[in-house]
Amino acid sequence: MNPFSSGTRLRDMIRAIRACKTAAEERAVVRKECAAIRSAISENDQDYRHRNIAKLMFIHMLGYPTHFGQMECLKLIASAGFPEKRIGYLGLMLLLDERQEVLMLVTNSLKQDLNHTNQYIVGLALCALGNICSAEMARDLAPEVERLLLTRDPNIKKKAALCSIRIIRKVPDLAENVLSQAASLLKEKHHGVLIAGVQLCTDLCKVSADATKYLRKNCTEGLVRILKDVSNSPYAPEYDIAGITDPFLHIRVLRLMRMLGQGDADTSESINDILAQVASKTESNKNAGNAILYECVETIMGIEATSGLRVLAINILGRFLSNRDNNIRYVALNMLMKAIAVDSQAVQRHRTTILECVKDSDASIRKRALELVFLLVNDTNAKPLTKELVDYLEVSDQDFKGDLTAKICSIVEKFSQEKKWYIDQMFKVLSLAGNYVKDDVWHALIVAIGNAPDLQGYSVRSLYKAFQTSSEQVSLVRVAVWCIGEYGEMLVTNVGVLEVEEPMTVTESDAVDVLEDCLTRHSSDITTRSMSLIALLKLSSRFPPTSERIKEIITAHKGSVVLELQQRAIEFNSIIQKHQNIKSSLVERMPVLDESTYIAKRTSSSQADIVADKSTQPSSAGTSLKLPNGVSKPAAAPLVDLLDLSSDDTPVPTSTSNDFLHDLLGIDLTNSSSSGTAPTAGTDILMDLLSIGTTPVQSNAAPEIVSSNKAFAPTSKPAPTTVQVVDLLDGLSSNGSHSEAQTPIYPSITAFQSSTLKITFSFTKQPEKPQVTQIQATFMNLSSDAYADFIFQAAVPKFVQLQLDPASSNHLPASGNGTITQTLTVTNSQHGQKALAMRIRIVYKVNNQEKLEQGQINNFPSGL
Amino acid sequence: MIHFVLLISRQGKVRLTKWYSPYAQKERTKVIRELSGLILTRGPKLCNFVEWRGFKVVYRRYASLYFCMCIDAADNELEVLEIIHHFVEILDRYFGSVCELDLIFNFHKAYYILDEILIAGELQESSKKIVARLIAAQDSLVEAAKEEASSISNMIAQATK
Repeated sequence: MNPFSSGTRLRDMIRAIRACKTAAEERAVVRKECAAIRSAISENDQDYRHRNIAKLMFIHMLGYPTHFGQMECLKLIASAGFPEKRIGYLGLMLLLDERQEVLMLVTNSLKQDLNHTNQYIVGLALCALGNICSAEMARDLAPEVERLLLTRDPNIKKKAALCSIRIIRKVPDLAENVLSQAASLLKEKHHGVLIAGVQLCTDLCKVSADATKYLRKNCTEGLVRILKDVSNSPYAPEYDIAGITDPFLHIRVLRLMRMLGQGDADTSESINDILAQVASKTESNKNAGNAILYECVETIMGIEATSGLRVLAINILGRFLSNRDNNIRYVALNMLMKAIAVDSQAVQRHRTTILECVKDSDASIRKRALELVFLLVNDTNAKPLTKELVDYLEVSDQDFKGDLTAKICSIVEKFSQEKKWYIDQMFKVLSLAGNYVKDDVWHALIVAIGNAPDLQGYSVRSLYKAFQTSSEQVSLVRVAVWCIGEYGEMLVTNVGVLEVEEPMTVTESDAVDVLEDCLTRHSSDITTRSMSLIALLKLSSRFPPTSERIKEIITAHKGSVVLELQQRAIEFNSIIQKHQNIKSSLVERMPVLDESTYIAKRTSSSQADIVADKSTQPSSAGTSLKLPNGVSKPAAAPLVDLLDLSSDDTPVPTSTSNDFLHDLLGIDLTNSSSSGTAPTAGTDILMDLLSIGTTPVQSNAAPEIVSSNKAFAPTSKPAPTTVQVVDLLDGLSSNGSHSEAQTPIYPSITAFQSSTLKITFSFTKQPEKPQVTQIQATFMNLSSDAYADFIFQAAVPKFVQLQLDPASSNHLPASGNGTITQTLTVTNSQHGQKALAMRIRIVYKVNNQEKLEQGQINNFPSGL
Repeated sequence: MIHFVLLISRQGKVRLTKWYSPYAQKERTKVIRELSGLILTRGPKLCNFVEWRGFKVVYRRYASLYFCMCIDAADNELEVLEIIHHFVEILDRYFGSVCELDLIFNFHKAYYILDEILIAGELQESSKKIVARLIAAQDSLVEAAKEEASSISNMIAQATK
């Protein structure tokens, strides 16, 4: 023992920590040790630096902070002796990672060590560099590493090759510098160097197409020879694993062959033979052999292999799939996914086996198999496969249900040829795993039901039945509630009974029971309960005998602690009490959403887009209004807000009719929005409903009001009142657009004018970003017909980037009675040198006829 | 490419971690917690692969220790199993039938061995003999330095007597 020693030895510290019975004890020991190490650091104790770092590494592994030891590692690395350097580099790799600034300080020491005469010190430096170097270090030290690739010592050479891999991963530009050295590494005999060299070549191919070309030309033969040698080699105890000589080298060579043979017939041709030999001769009773076969199959699938070779590969996979070892089955499933692209017929043959794997007890295998089944589905087998999957859904693990449900839903949506099948399958899924169904899926189901008038009765009855057994599945309940609200009478009167249906009698009060149940049960969330309230309101006019009961249920919720429910209950109550005469028109069926448009929209635009869309709409109607923070709030609220405020702000005398109208609008809006879908959850249906504009009553007399206000159109109210409201908003919105106008630095221009359309651009720029210009485009309709589905597209030269925000609307009222605004953000990368230019294209519909206008804008103000 | 190597005990204690891709300190703790939850709960007959965050984690249990390596989705899982076994065999030879305690008290040696097997997340050496030779050579360098230091300190001790 060293006479100057102080503190505990590493072994003693580990023992002390292991002896701790509680986490608190352990913390205390670690704290004490850390304190001792800190004080040793501040005293600059040199004798025990390496021991302190070793202790810190152990402490680090336990998850305690050890950043204070980082500088000590650098000191150890800078010291002369091998033992200090060894532990210093280990600490460096363990305690630091490439993002820490401290790491830059080690560059110089590394450089010195890379040039050291002791091969082991060079090895340490290469290892550290290979494991944690950052892009800057890679640039600084690449020349040293390139030099080391040429040394004679194989151990340095292999380390340098692997280090180069890290370097070119960090800085791909450096790839060409090592290309020729990498190629010459493949001529070595030492397996370590070969493995590292082959791997380096593989990585070179990944970063540079030139490298691939070069290696194809110079190394293909060499690779074939290496593989031949290693696979025909006699027993070599040093490299032998389960009777195979160096499977690691096998695999790496096969992988590089794949990179080189990909999309290159000549190379593929020259490696065909050896691949066939490896594929047919390799023993498959041990994992090592299977690993080689697996890699070989992947290479055959990846290159331009002959058909015979592909058959061989598929057969190997078939053998794998029937293997009892789960690992082998897993990789077989994995490979079959790639094989589908090559030979889907061959994969289809294994369908039953794959389907069995979906039901495996192993989660990893199940997941792979499910993905594969998803790829196997086509029009002919969709029905039986769906049936199998749905049947399995019933018995599957809870944590697998989410994945399974999502996949079934997308199969059903994608491959449904008839509506009834789609609806049936969805109902099954909803009642088995409704809690896992995503919102957009059941929204789409509702749209589909709305579009299938002859199946509505069937749907509502099936849902009613399903509800009786699976009322704990949230999305089933929601769809059922919505359908009962919309098509309640079909439930009772048995309209449109299909042959397959069993007759059933449901009374009006049974239907109300269901809704009341949903409303009052504690497991229902707000969305479901809000939907139930709406559905009840709808039923109250459809089933007059139950209206008294419904009124009581609604009244009971006037005191609800949930604001949303309370508000709805109060509003609905006032409809029932005061406005019996308009109630029936208020609660009419929802207008049918156009299914194809809905699907297109659902796939193209993400939720975020829609939210953005929504928030721009009210703001263009008038910024003097409080901007409704419609993002998280229920969509209904801002609309009501908007109308509310408008009546306060304007000096229109509050006549009774106005009041009534206000009420009516408020209610109607709430109503239309929330019965469309759940306001708190997905508002996308609502947005679709509003912006697609399927409302047929859209009159020319409603100018200036952007689509968000359209919802009141279908209520067919007396014309004079409409005008009044319109005026009222009209005034506001013009005010709004004035107040919104930002102080322009650049004059606005008329970008485009035809006999039917005028587009003006106004510009704003932020002084700190001269390259970026915000263009506010305003579109005005000069013809006497309103435009629907208005879409503006723009193209710019390559040096300009263009970003189009969603337009305020896609409906442009006639005769200049309203505008659409849209914001464009252009970034001119050659600002000051080249002027902006833009090509535009406008598509819209006039009286359902497509119209197209195009033009070029060259009159941008200079300096944009 | 191997993104990281983890050794976790049956009780969820970390015995060795090696990161070849940048993970922040906090992220590392999270990864370890997530993976030990995922892997330690798996039954004995299941396959040795777990899909995780778009990667694959290949693990293999040796007595009370789980050796885990995280690889890209396109890598060869079966080969990584062999690499794990390769590592374990070398440890076994070095320590002479290795056990968890060896790896706890000589964790730094386990790291030295790993550094002779993997660099930059790629395999470095397929020969167990060569790895053993390199480690032995470096160990003897350390021993020599230690002896020298102790003889110097003895001399100092005698001189100051």
